[in-house]
Amino acid sequence: MTEYKKSPHSEPAGISRDQLGASPARFGLAQPSTAVSQAQPVHAQPQPDVSPTRPSATQARFRLEPAQQKQLYRLQRRLLLRSGLTLGALTLLSGCNMQDGDGVDKVLWAMSRWNDRVQGWLFGGQRLAQTYGADRLTRPFPFNAFYPEDNVPEIDLSTYRLEVSGRITDHQPWTLEKLRALPQQSQITRLICIEGWSAIGQWSGVPLRLFLERIGADLHAGFVSFRCADRYYSSLDMATALHPQTTLALDFAGKTLPDSFGFPLRLRVPTKLGFKNAKHIVAIAVTNTYPGGYWEDQGYNWFSGI
Amino acid sequence: MEKTAKPGKVRIHRAPVRIMHWLNVPIIGAMLMSGWGIYNASPLFGFNFPVELTLGGWLGGSIAWHLAVMWGLAANGLLYVIWGLCSGHFRRDFLPVTPRSVLVDTKLALTLRLKHRLGQYNAVQKALYLFVLLCGMVLVLSGLSIWKPVQLSYLVAVFGGFDRARYVHFFAMAGIALFVLIHVAMVIMVPSTLLPMITGSAKPGVKRGQRKITHD
Repeated sequence: MTEYKKSPHSEPAGISRDQLGASPARFGLAQPSTAVSQAQPVHAQPQPDVSPTRPSATQARFRLEPAQQKQLYRLQRRLLLRSGLTLGALTLLSGCNMQDGDGVDKVLWAMSRWNDRVQGWLFGGQRLAQTYGADRLTRPFPFNAFYPEDNVPEIDLSTYRLEVSGRITDHQPWTLEKLRALPQQSQITRLICIEGWSAIGQWSGVPLRLFLERIGADLHAGFVSFRCADRYYSSLDMATALHPQTTLALDFAGKTLPDSFGFPLRLRVPTKLGFKNAKHIVAIAVTNTYPGGYWEDQGYNWFSGI
Repeated sequence: MEKTAKPGKVRIHRAPVRIMHWLNVPIIGAMLMSGWGIYNASPLFGFNFPVELTLGGWLGGSIAWHLAVMWGLAANGLLYVIWGLCSGHFRRDFLPVTPRSVLVDTKLALTLRLKHRLGQYNAVQKALYLFVLLCGMVLVLSGLSIWKPVQLSYLVAVFGGFDRARYVHFFAMAGIALFVLIHVAMVIMVPSTLLPMITGSAKPGVKRGQRKITHD
């Protein structure tokens, strides 16, 4: 795997981690979840330490400006993350030489980077994820994102363009028609959420490898990054981007992607956890600079291969 | 038993066993607690683990802990199995164990008549240690198949698919947790077993854990 050009704590150029991590007004703090679908049990069990400040409660009591809300959530999440990691350190390290939370935090980040590397070695570029028959499809397919389903972005197709940038030769933006004109592939695979649940769905669209070849991408670059209409962002290692099942999906269950499942364009990577399957993609970049991701920058393991 | 013990003392646990045993305390503690945190994100059953018993604070933190400490568990476990096989520790201390001897010793233990023989495991102990080794093996293998269900698809198939592997992982965890409870309860009942796990040896004259009720 390509070495990172930046440390895991470094920020994408020009944007601070907090700005990127800032969530929409109704982001459920205590419920980190995959970008893709919804797990009911989690939402039925909010963590006590954050429930008093859950967005619905806040909204009922005060009316905050959107900017204030954002700031509040940013602060809350940072406190949550810090207290979580520090509390863990206290629990584990009581009786030993006490280390501060930052020290433990660094060790955990370093271990996560090590796990990225190991997973890169373990990853079989041609090893296929199991596929299923149509009788195994999960119905209804769960929704999951870092916001509730009624906050799903609405995208105006007349102005929609997929931007491409970075280490490529053809910088022309893509319309949906152009993407549909490319060869398509379909798969019925299991989506596994980092929360533990899984669901089987059918996706079809353009093989990402083929798309990267079309835009003249440097296939030896380290990363392919994805930026989304809902301010989500994520990235893949090049080996996974070139995997034969990795797809820029246009359809779900044989129909145009519904809004909830990533209209108009999403990533489907059956060799990664659900949150790596970015939805509502508006920009793709090929880069050697570690791009991170929405959850990845908060502590989810970046590679998250399965 | 080794002959290297100091005069007047009997060697009970050799250094590798003691070191690996105590390393297991923070390792298994962290794996259990972070694992409970992960469980809470998508519970398999109708309950959650109390947040105070979890490690990491949120799902991302719990997973970070779980996948960091797993290397410690893997290293410690692997060294223990290699050492246990090569040194004869498994063969000498855990075997032979027959269902009948376990039954007999369980009955004796429950009626407080089981003698704690110095440096020698009774059949109940042997069975429990073998049980926890088995649980550990299942736990690691099911954990691997949850972590890498595509790359290790053959292993996932052994457990009957991804979703079932999660249940297997849970029950193997429950087995280990049960063992820890019994293990700690036994040490509380027979506290003199604690020191040899630190120093390695004990004086044979000391009646260990007999507590005056010695019906022979």
